[in-house]
Amino acid sequence: MRNGVEVMAFRSILYARGEVPSSVPNQPEFFSDLYLDQVIEAITGPKREYNLTPFFWAPLKDRDDVYYRQEVMQDLENEVLMARIKSFAERMSDVRRYLATVEKIDFDCYKKGWILEAALVYGEAVISLARDLIDIPLKARGLLEFQKWLTNYIQTQDFKNFVVEAKQVKKALSALKYCIIIESGKFKVKRYEGELDLNIEVEKIFEKFRQRDKEGYLVKFSERAGISHIEAKILEFVAKLYPEPFTALDHFCAHRYPFLNETIESFHREIQFYIAYLDFVSELKRRGLPFCYPQVSTKDKEIYVHDGFDLALANVFRHREKTVVFNDFYLKGPERIIVVTGPNQGGKTTFARMFGQLHYLASLGCPVPGREARLFLCDKILTHFEREEDTLNRRGKLEDDLIRIRDLLLNATSDSIFILNEIFTSTSLEDATFLSKEIMNLLNDLDVIGVWVTFLDELASLNEKTVSMVAMVDPQEPTRRTFKIKRRPADGLAYVLSLAQKYRLTYKQIQERMAK
Amino acid sequence: MKVFLLYPDRNFDFSPELPPYTVDLSRDLALNALFEAMAQGDDFLMEVIRRVMFTSLNETEVISYRQEILKDCLKYPAVVQQLYGLTLEFVEMKRKRWLWISRRHSRPSSILSGAQQLLEASLDLLRRLRQIADRFAGSFASRGFRRFFDMIRQELDDGYLVIVERHVRELRFTKGVLLSAQLGNGNEGSDYILCKPNDPDRKWIKSVFFSKSPIYSFSLHPRDDYGARVLGELLDRGLARAANAVAQAAEHIESFFHGLRQELAFYIGCLNLYAQLGQLGTAIAFPQPLNIERYRLSCTGLYDIALVLTMRREVVDNDVNVDGKSLVIITGPNQGGKTTFLRSVGLAQLMMQAGMFVAAKSFTGSLCSGIFTHFKREEDETMERGKFEEELERMSVVVELLRPGGLILLNETFANTNEREGSEVAIEVISALVEKGVRVFYVTHMYEFARRIQEKMRNNALFLRAERLPDGKRTFKMREGGPQERSYGEDLYREIFKQQCRV
Repeated sequence: MRNGVEVMAFRSILYARGEVPSSVPNQPEFFSDLYLDQVIEAITGPKREYNLTPFFWAPLKDRDDVYYRQEVMQDLENEVLMARIKSFAERMSDVRRYLATVEKIDFDCYKKGWILEAALVYGEAVISLARDLIDIPLKARGLLEFQKWLTNYIQTQDFKNFVVEAKQVKKALSALKYCIIIESGKFKVKRYEGELDLNIEVEKIFEKFRQRDKEGYLVKFSERAGISHIEAKILEFVAKLYPEPFTALDHFCAHRYPFLNETIESFHREIQFYIAYLDFVSELKRRGLPFCYPQVSTKDKEIYVHDGFDLALANVFRHREKTVVFNDFYLKGPERIIVVTGPNQGGKTTFARMFGQLHYLASLGCPVPGREARLFLCDKILTHFEREEDTLNRRGKLEDDLIRIRDLLLNATSDSIFILNEIFTSTSLEDATFLSKEIMNLLNDLDVIGVWVTFLDELASLNEKTVSMVAMVDPQEPTRRTFKIKRRPADGLAYVLSLAQKYRLTYKQIQERMAK
Repeated sequence: MKVFLLYPDRNFDFSPELPPYTVDLSRDLALNALFEAMAQGDDFLMEVIRRVMFTSLNETEVISYRQEILKDCLKYPAVVQQLYGLTLEFVEMKRKRWLWISRRHSRPSSILSGAQQLLEASLDLLRRLRQIADRFAGSFASRGFRRFFDMIRQELDDGYLVIVERHVRELRFTKGVLLSAQLGNGNEGSDYILCKPNDPDRKWIKSVFFSKSPIYSFSLHPRDDYGARVLGELLDRGLARAANAVAQAAEHIESFFHGLRQELAFYIGCLNLYAQLGQLGTAIAFPQPLNIERYRLSCTGLYDIALVLTMRREVVDNDVNVDGKSLVIITGPNQGGKTTFLRSVGLAQLMMQAGMFVAAKSFTGSLCSGIFTHFKREEDETMERGKFEEELERMSVVVELLRPGGLILLNETFANTNEREGSEVAIEVISALVEKGVRVFYVTHMYEFARRIQEKMRNNALFLRAERLPDGKRTFKMREGGPQERSYGEDLYREIFKQQCRV
């Protein structure tokens, strides 16, 4: 749009210094180990047309960048603001759809009709957004700057004229009313001359037999009737019956098209990053799951989480009765590696994934699954999870494991995060113990933080950098896993299932079941 | 027009699938014998009867509503059969004359023509229904039938039927269809409204004020199929609302006849059963349902209707009196009539809560929030898992469905393990259920369990024992009495054991 007033630039709602990455990133390697692929799919899936995944594949390395996004995210937690931004986004989507229609249509009078619709909705979207932001107490730097830009933009004379003209043309067109008389193989068009609605009479006669509790037979036709030579012929006749409004439409299109502003367009896409994430989160919040804005640091390795949980699991449970279990962890002083032991199916892998997810999501500038958190802004997340495929023989598998871990270590710096899950499971106990201790020493030398899930109790108390955490069972009912992971010395308990308990038929269980 | 012959304020909903536990319930209570006597080989009746019987009523008010109607049916069986006959004629007419309403989302023009034809054809049956209503409205005593007949007479008066007939004919549009329209988004035509052409006689008034519109006309090329289709769609847009109104009316008539057929089918089933029992000469009683917190069951001459219908003769009946206790433990010798007794309790409860008469001389009982069974399975259906585990799993399913105030009939439950273990689990399960307000009838051989229950909940349990006379003869009567340690099954067991050895 040509501007009468100089409008200062606004670059990006996602990047504090407006430095938008030029290349499109790939999905990070650890995504499938941490089930982040599922999480991001669930977040971006409802908004596929915006192609948001590249935003979620690009972690931030700088603290200020993270806080720039956290501020925007926090402002958007204001439901009023969120609703207004969403209604802006919906209108913009309509604009895009209408303009796509224009490209596809052959008949000139319809093409112009849709340009006019797009112009009307665009004008309304922009003006409403500007108006909607006025009474919202914004704190985020990104939003404040955008608001300033937007206020200037809508005050340009050019934009104002554009809006007024579009409305005038539309008003004249929608006032027209005409009649079609359909006979077999032909039709006639004439002006409307006060003919009465026949439906009212018919509906009155049969009112007695109307069934309110049943789906009717009213066939809903899409708003769009479709455009063919028949409709074009009808429209041609209508234009002959009423010529003036159509001349005005020709004039508007010749002078005003195209009209989309680049800054508005990129704001529309980038803001979806926040909307997508918050939409996903708000559903989980309603189910009582806590989210928080973590403090982040690129130096301090004293981290903690209170009531953290696995977001992938929470997503899976979204449509079920089940809820995820919360877990805490912290690292203090020299502590670096959390070693997790305990019964199978006790929530160990979930805990490891949670550790990785929390750090990754924090680096996107997003609120993380937990009540309170301080996290490390790492340079890389390096994971090694036991793979299902066993095409390799024992020796081959061990060799493969070792090569992969070596590659991880080569890649690592002291600012990296390691997550190791059940490695060396298919080798001898002696080998596994020896190799694990060696690798633990290497990790400790690097001074990285991380989680290591293992069946080797002795790893948990190796040195001052290791912290032992155990997947707990209910002390009253030893067969029940609690999925709680707590700081405890490793003890390798065994478990039995009692039959009645399995079928939930003990006195206590029945009492509970019937209390529902 | 609502049928309302099963509920005072709504039609019966036949759509839900029957819950899976009804399979066990049917088998354990031998319900098929009852259902077959009611349906007399008619698949439609069978389907309706099963659904109505398995949708137990929980309000005394609705039960007496149905009881009244059933009493009218027993008094005027021929009229009820005649009404039912009309609904069968409707089905037959549709089939013979190929009448149907097009499905939803068909083209409005075809919806309109199908509905129109069905309506035209139904008018005669509606007139005859009105005549029956005129004749019998005064004779029937039940609220249900009185409301039904009044409604028919009000809704279907002669004047209205004539108007409907005329309109149905006019909607054939022999002179073309007039639509008004406006320009919507993108200049596309919108708001197509079906209009009445202006009356030619009044045209001169308008022409004084308005200049007449020019008319532009276009004929499609005879091979322009696409164009014809587009024009057809415009027509459909215009006819959508009228088609909706007419189709809803036709559907209403159709579903009215269908609903009437379904709801009457239940009473036809009761009439069939009544006739059967009449031949066998056994008693029936209209039960008195109680809507009270504590459990009460007081009856005389209670018998197993399924057994009567199978044996085609009278069987032993029992008098029972349970007042305020929610656990009934039944012990006693094998072949002593315990299972039959348990069934008679379940069948009567089920029939009472369907609004039917029951197989007893008199019957007063609390309503239950659900009727469930857990019977020992004779045949081994679960080879892969232990029998005991199969029992536990089945019990777990039932517990999931039970609510406070529910009734559960247990037959030798938890007998598939040693008595110590079985009793241990039984104590856990039964005491939890009873505390949660479930009513339990438990046929058991587990002495250990019965003894512990006697200590634990003496005041909340009634003990019955199948009678065995000193000479070993069984009377099939249940008498009050606690468990006796020695099992009477030993002889029977020996016998069966010997047979197995021989094979």
